[in-house]
Amino acid sequence: MSTATEEKKAPLGGRFVGATANYLDERTSLSGFVKALGRKVFPDHWSFMLGEIALWSFVVVLISGTFLTFFFQASMVETYYTGAYDPMRGIPMSVAMESTLHISFDLRGGLLVRQLHHWAALTFVAGIGVHMLRVFFTGAFRKPRELNWVVGFVLFVLAMAEGFTGYSLPDDVLSGNGLRIIDGMLKAVPVIGPWISYLLFGGEFPGHDIVGRLYALHILILPLIVIALIAIHLVLMIVNKHTQFAGPGRTNSNVVGFPMMPVYMSKMGGFFFIVFGALVLIASLVQINPIWGYGPYDPSPVSAGTQPDWYIGFADGALRLAPPHLDWVIAGKVYPMGILIPLIVLVVFIILVAIYPFIEAWITGDKREHHIAQRPRNAATRTAIGAAGVWFYAMLWAAASSDLIATHFRLTMEGVIHALQIGLILGTVVVYFITKRVCIALQKKDREIVLHGYESGRIVRLPGGEFQEVHKPVDEYERWKLVADETFEPLIVRPNDQGKIKGKFRAAMSRWFFEDRLQPLTNAEYQAALEHQEHALHEFGDDDHGHGAIESGDSKH
Amino acid sequence: MAREKLKRRARGRRSPFAAAILIGVGLLATGGIYAGASAAVAATDDATTITTQASAEEGETLFQANCATCHGMDLEGREGFGPSLNGVGELAVHFQMSTGRMPMQMHGPQADQKPVQFTDEQIESIATYVQSVAPGPEMPSTRVIDGEGDVSHGAELFRINCAMCHNVAAAGGALTQGKFAPDIMDTTPENIYAAMVTGPQNMPVFNNMNLTEDDKRDIISALLYQQEAQAPGGFTLGSLGPVSEGLFIWIFGIGGLIAVAVWITAKSN
Amino acid sequence: MEHDDSKGALKEYVPSSGLAVSIDDPVQNPGLPPHRERLTDVDPKAAKRAERTIYTLFYISVAASIWAVAAYMLFPIEDQELTSIRQNNLFIGLGIAFALLAIGIGAIHWSKTLMSDKEHVEERHTTRGSEETREAVVEAFRTANEESGFGRRKMIRNSLFAAVIASVLPGITLFRGLAPHDGENSPVDLLKQTMWKEGEHLTRDPSGTRIKASDVTLGSAFHVIPESLAKMGHDEGMLNEKAKAMVLMVRMSPEQLTEREERKDWSYDGIVAYSKVCTHVGCPVALYEQQTHHLLCPCHQSQFDVSDEAKVVFGPASRPLPQLPITVDAEGYLIAQSDFHEPVGPSFWEIR
Repeated sequence: MSTATEEKKAPLGGRFVGATANYLDERTSLSGFVKALGRKVFPDHWSFMLGEIALWSFVVVLISGTFLTFFFQASMVETYYTGAYDPMRGIPMSVAMESTLHISFDLRGGLLVRQLHHWAALTFVAGIGVHMLRVFFTGAFRKPRELNWVVGFVLFVLAMAEGFTGYSLPDDVLSGNGLRIIDGMLKAVPVIGPWISYLLFGGEFPGHDIVGRLYALHILILPLIVIALIAIHLVLMIVNKHTQFAGPGRTNSNVVGFPMMPVYMSKMGGFFFIVFGALVLIASLVQINPIWGYGPYDPSPVSAGTQPDWYIGFADGALRLAPPHLDWVIAGKVYPMGILIPLIVLVVFIILVAIYPFIEAWITGDKREHHIAQRPRNAATRTAIGAAGVWFYAMLWAAASSDLIATHFRLTMEGVIHALQIGLILGTVVVYFITKRVCIALQKKDREIVLHGYESGRIVRLPGGEFQEVHKPVDEYERWKLVADETFEPLIVRPNDQGKIKGKFRAAMSRWFFEDRLQPLTNAEYQAALEHQEHALHEFGDDDHGHGAIESGDSKH
Repeated sequence: MAREKLKRRARGRRSPFAAAILIGVGLLATGGIYAGASAAVAATDDATTITTQASAEEGETLFQANCATCHGMDLEGREGFGPSLNGVGELAVHFQMSTGRMPMQMHGPQADQKPVQFTDEQIESIATYVQSVAPGPEMPSTRVIDGEGDVSHGAELFRINCAMCHNVAAAGGALTQGKFAPDIMDTTPENIYAAMVTGPQNMPVFNNMNLTEDDKRDIISALLYQQEAQAPGGFTLGSLGPVSEGLFIWIFGIGGLIAVAVWITAKSN
Repeated sequence: MEHDDSKGALKEYVPSSGLAVSIDDPVQNPGLPPHRERLTDVDPKAAKRAERTIYTLFYISVAASIWAVAAYMLFPIEDQELTSIRQNNLFIGLGIAFALLAIGIGAIHWSKTLMSDKEHVEERHTTRGSEETREAVVEAFRTANEESGFGRRKMIRNSLFAAVIASVLPGITLFRGLAPHDGENSPVDLLKQTMWKEGEHLTRDPSGTRIKASDVTLGSAFHVIPESLAKMGHDEGMLNEKAKAMVLMVRMSPEQLTEREERKDWSYDGIVAYSKVCTHVGCPVALYEQQTHHLLCPCHQSQFDVSDEAKVVFGPASRPLPQLPITVDAEGYLIAQSDFHEPVGPSFWEIR
């Protein structure tokens, strides 16, 4: 280290910055970290920012939540409200509810922060949802990202748990009825149901303990796990690097995009401020969860239109769609199948989503790393399965508001519920088939554009009298996005040495997945098609100088 | 579309804010249409109880012309058309007619509110007439509808007795077979009283032994408070709770943020 | 796996491609498209304009933050009016919102218009460690194993696992304390009894005033709690009891009631009382339709026919609502004859 040379030129950013950087680096090896990440390249596509919607709304949830913890008191001791809001004055309620009313009505900006917290929570889970859908439909969960998929999926479940524990804290009639429903569902568990309920509520429902316990979960245990998993999720994303869509210059072994400093830092940072700002804007303008209207929890009152927050809707809807009289009595013991069947269906659905990457990996047997995000149309069966899954979830979700659908669209609630039951079972199958066919049709359309160009909108008349539309070739960079270089073929099983056929199930699954497919174009076919297009174009003419054709509206001759 | 990129670049691309502006225009248009449609839906008209020269004779004439077809000339009812009006009294007449429910337009799960067909005086007359031949609950005293009752007690009673059908924020709710408990945010104090006492259609009857006159006064006061109070948190989205909140955040929140993401990653001009 | 176990050169790992079939003569990647200049790259005036926009936005943000602080003081909630609460939150919120949005929009506009948009290419490396690294790892474990004898000394290993697993058990056991050690009453016993007993007066919810049979007219719906409940305090577990004891009482003409022989004396002159706890998952089932005699639960739309022993006519519930046998005392006030004859609320394992 030659100090003489260094003193001659000023360090980047000035002497103070230089000295600070040096101080830190000498104690933390920070330079290595910055070197690795500073100019890291991120690919650019809007659908890659959906996870950030979740991440930044989580930061907003944390910030607003921290403010609230200074004022909220998670106690179920009885007190009386004596504040500003007339309809609640003198009403006995828990300290939890009273402190929430205090935050809302007596604290400047308190209601703003409470609403911000709740709106941000809704956005957090929704952000995870759209992000998960993007990852699914582009196949970004394939090796090496299967574990990250599982981590993300667990985050989804935890986010729902955070939301549920959170909105149950004010101990109001709406969320209290939600807890009542949870209690009823727990009691339905065979053998140990009433015991689980007894443990959770510290005795009979509602008891005096539940809000305090949910508070511990909501501000301590769950956030710790969520933050740890987010850290793992992001580290894995950095190690694996982000996927990218196929495109000119992009291969499976590179990343094309912009560097972290300065571009991505400002895009991500900017997006954080926009997400934060948008949420504060919504919190300033739109009311959410007006607990002063619901009143303190009492088992007796209930509101028409009792629904949980949107992300619990699918579970509530599943309960509503179960048919009646499903208690099974076996050997004197009761199995409330009207509750257990929806529970089992939901658990199976959730597990299937969680392990999907492993299912697909098993079927394809493909152990290579995949860093190219696929267009959904190019993985027809997966996309169809995903669409059917989304439909299934949507039917359950819609069912949670069956009574509101009935009043708003002037239908009978019975009709709505029956329609959703049919939609859930039959609709899922129909959506699967339609989606698969649409995907294959889109693949064919892409193929057609490659081979024959796109319709230019210019109509020419051939000497023989027929009208034809001129097709123009797509430029080579766009073309590249429309071709593939490999496909999957179903497994063909043959008898092994002992004459036994093994792997029939896998073969059947692979047939289901890959039987309907397009064979990729070879370069020879591709070049031939291009030549043909050029030739045709030359005949019809690019501008007004074509020969052999009479142009519509052309009076130049 | 990429294939047109080469040509369009020469002329310049659309402004990067075009997408945002389009979304804004779309939102304004949708919002405007919705606001216009809501305003166009007829609300309960604010019938005031002005004591006029209502006469039973005029009421009888009006009744025979407009109501007897379904309710019978002697208010005995007609099978398959309308129930007997024995014991309904002037209060029920006032309620049903001042909200436009009667005369009923067509068969349905229930008689809906619709534009009022008669003037206040005419309704008074018919009410007087019906009260004279089929006496029943009478119009409320001024005290019970003065809105000076105990709002917190009224709200508590409302939550226990009313909210399960009409919703805690009085936004209404679904009943079986296509029936519904209506939104009561625009209902007059007289009609709130009338509905409790007469129990129209499937609404239970809340007589004075169930909810005393003072209880009713408190409930009416609480409901009036609700009707007049400004929502402290902002737009209520119809007060339908988590459903409207969820719809809002998905359409405007996630929709808007995805639009922002598209803007962020779009190539600059 | 192509790993060569002999101590020679390690073969490169080539993962199996499974059912994937690549074609021999694929279309070639045309490479990165040429970089297109932005307006701000070629026109310095446009660049200046962009710069002005950006710092204007940042200064707007400063102004908005100052506004938010000012709004905190200018719009207090001192007069306890809902309007003042609304204004306080609205103006502070708008200030913060615009402050944040302006920073975000400014930063993004900067990155889009002024920062270099040349595409960079970074090479990926295989996620799998190199063969040398992996060998070193295996070697590390092998050496540690030899030096500790972990694999060889199975007694040490197995007993260690047992000890670690067992050490978790006391911690789990402590969480038994989540539920009270009542001793006498199991949760199931508690679920099977309510406050109702012979002679317990039916009273209005929440005032606790007694109800005469003559008060209950045709078409009425009364929300009922036991008289003893109304006298309880919240800290005495009043809500716990209410969650089981709440009742809905209605009256219809006796001819409209369908009752089995043994239950004919459970009603009183057309007045019937049923548990208000839905047998589905426990919400208050309280939407009474006086003309259809159907009782609707708003949570999951279970419907019960009150004129026919509250049996389930629609929705996910399975058991009818338990009926409270009632009669009148000497003064005409309604009283219960006994507790419910079956547990109220949702079904559970030992409910029978």
